[in-house]
Amino acid sequence: MKNIAQIIGLLVLLCANNSFAAAGAGPIFHMNVDTGNQKSLQRGAKTFVNYCLSCHEASYSRYNRVAADLGISEANMRDNMIFTDKKIGETMTVAMTAEQGKEWFGVTPPDLSVKARSRGADWIYSFLKSFYLDEKAARGINNKMLAGTSMPHVLWELQGFQKLKGDDQHADESHADDGHGGGDHSPFVLAVDGQLSAAEYDRTITDLVNFLVYLSEPAQLQRKSVGIGVLFFLFTLGVFAYFLKKEYWKDIH
Amino acid sequence: MSNKAGGIIGWIDDRLPIVGFFEDHLSKYYTPKNFNFWYFFGSLALLVLVLQIVTGVFLTMHYKPDAELAFASVEYIMRDVEWGWLIRYMHSTGASAFFVVIYLHMLRGLMYGSFKEPRELIWLFGMMIYLCLMAEAFMGYLLPWGQMSYWGAQVIVNLFGTIPYIGEDLAIWIRGDYVVSDATLSRFFALHVVAVPIVLLGLVLAHIAALHTVGSNNPDGVEIKKNKDANGVPVDGIPFHPYYTVKDIVGVVVFLFIFSLVVFFAPEMGGYFLEHANFEPANPLATPEHIAPVWYFTPFYTVLRAIPNPFFGVVAMGAAVIILFFLPWIDKNKVKSIRYRSTLYKANLFIFLGAFIWLGYLGMQSVTPMASQMALRLSELYFLFFAVLGIYSTQRSAAYYLFWFVAFVAIISVYDVYRNNADIAALTWQTWVIPVAYLFITLVLAAFTNLDQDKPVPERVTG
Repeated sequence: MKNIAQIIGLLVLLCANNSFAAAGAGPIFHMNVDTGNQKSLQRGAKTFVNYCLSCHEASYSRYNRVAADLGISEANMRDNMIFTDKKIGETMTVAMTAEQGKEWFGVTPPDLSVKARSRGADWIYSFLKSFYLDEKAARGINNKMLAGTSMPHVLWELQGFQKLKGDDQHADESHADDGHGGGDHSPFVLAVDGQLSAAEYDRTITDLVNFLVYLSEPAQLQRKSVGIGVLFFLFTLGVFAYFLKKEYWKDIH
Repeated sequence: MSNKAGGIIGWIDDRLPIVGFFEDHLSKYYTPKNFNFWYFFGSLALLVLVLQIVTGVFLTMHYKPDAELAFASVEYIMRDVEWGWLIRYMHSTGASAFFVVIYLHMLRGLMYGSFKEPRELIWLFGMMIYLCLMAEAFMGYLLPWGQMSYWGAQVIVNLFGTIPYIGEDLAIWIRGDYVVSDATLSRFFALHVVAVPIVLLGLVLAHIAALHTVGSNNPDGVEIKKNKDANGVPVDGIPFHPYYTVKDIVGVVVFLFIFSLVVFFAPEMGGYFLEHANFEPANPLATPEHIAPVWYFTPFYTVLRAIPNPFFGVVAMGAAVIILFFLPWIDKNKVKSIRYRSTLYKANLFIFLGAFIWLGYLGMQSVTPMASQMALRLSELYFLFFAVLGIYSTQRSAAYYLFWFVAFVAIISVYDVYRNNADIAALTWQTWVIPVAYLFITLVLAAFTNLDQDKPVPERVTG
């Protein structure tokens, strides 16, 4: 019986687990990606150029493509979102070389162009929510999604600093419930307040990850609408093809 | 035979027999009238081949086969090339679609005995096409130069390194380097876009030429050429054109509809068609925790992993593919179609199918003790299928069935005793029942019931 139970267990696994095992821990938090929300993408782009683009590149992406896709005028993009002497048609690279990055951070900050496709939106969202104070870490800050990360908590001004729940028995439990995503399941409590409330911070990084998802595949904004047209065409063609076949075959018995 | 054509057609026909060719292979090429759903996949395979060549040509215009540039050039295609994303998704989805279509096409051959006399050569050419396709897919997968491209190629090329004496040198010869590198990428590119496609096209031509020499089989497994009217036309045959051309158009449209659903709405197919880890550029210094081949290779990958000794694992994996070549000489039963084969034959085929799919699933998962036991058991079922198929070639005596039942159980048990150790003892004997139960169903039941009896085959096709 035991082996049968195990075989059935394996069958259940077969039905339940339909994704490839990803390296490391699964995401702690979940977000709903909505690349159709242009306002969110615009806010995400703003956060991206302000906080990420000084170290991380998006070297496959061009400023003017982002402007066109997100409904930002080229002038607006040039004046408010390009902080270097780059031209609008150029790719979103940084001045820091890979070698410098390695020297300053220990690793070269990865290119973010397709990160949302390799890591997934939930992982990045969780990563940005999972920085916590850790005395044992080299810089005093660690990350629950990527232990020992050499990335500083760049968004600390916005979020503040949090610590692990277990670290401080006297922590105010109500603080932990940010009412957004993590809730009581969040392993963190806020230790130092930031400029934004927990809900505002969640919205900011949701926008940012939304933008990163867009960035990983700009074609997705048009892909589905083209697809609907193609399916409509094929359906119509299919109807004609079916009746043509029926007409030819009516004498065959 | 044909009426003399005039005009341009006539002028050409005097110099090149296009009218005769059209008649021989389309308008007067007689095909059984009872083709069903399963007979769409031959023409669909041809369609996918054309799609892959056309999209491949356009990709080649923008792709850079250089370890420094390859990954970026694919992203360039996805972003900066007009409709590049569509071309790329059609090509990546086409690769998986090719295997879906080919596996269903092969299953059709298996179900209706299409590999049997006089169609052995068609089957052999088909198997060679399948091998070429595997090589084509494997080398093509290196080109995006992502982490899975790189490490998948590393693992597969290292398999050649397990061959005694010549292995290491052979692996270096294939890579052109001590590890997968720019040299490997360049040669895989050349083989992927020039060499293999040429061989593939030649084989497809041979496959179709052989088919048109003997004519198609059908779901009843009845030879329509045995029943001809006064004009020498098979009574149950209809001209391929227009009947099957218009029918295949319906199949093509339905296929393209499903194909488009993937291309436009789920091009990664949840990580099965485009693996997530492959959007990470290849890094020779960082081995991913979990290296999984693309789904169409996973059944054979599991057979490889089922055997602890690497070299014998490679032999088993190779054998799992090569044994298919011998199908016409394994299953020599005169009844072709599954419709008139015995109940136990059907059971055998379904179990084989289940084992193949399950092997494929296991190939995507990390190895656990239970999974590795199941991998071995399912591999045993995979190979036993062919043995039982051979035994089912004619009706056998009860003693014959029982002899082989005892023999196979003994072989499996002896191997289990040999490989067994304290860590896996419980699992070994628990899963031991799987092949034994299989052999009981296919051989002991055959000895003591009449479930092994084939049914009479009709003279003519049945509708």
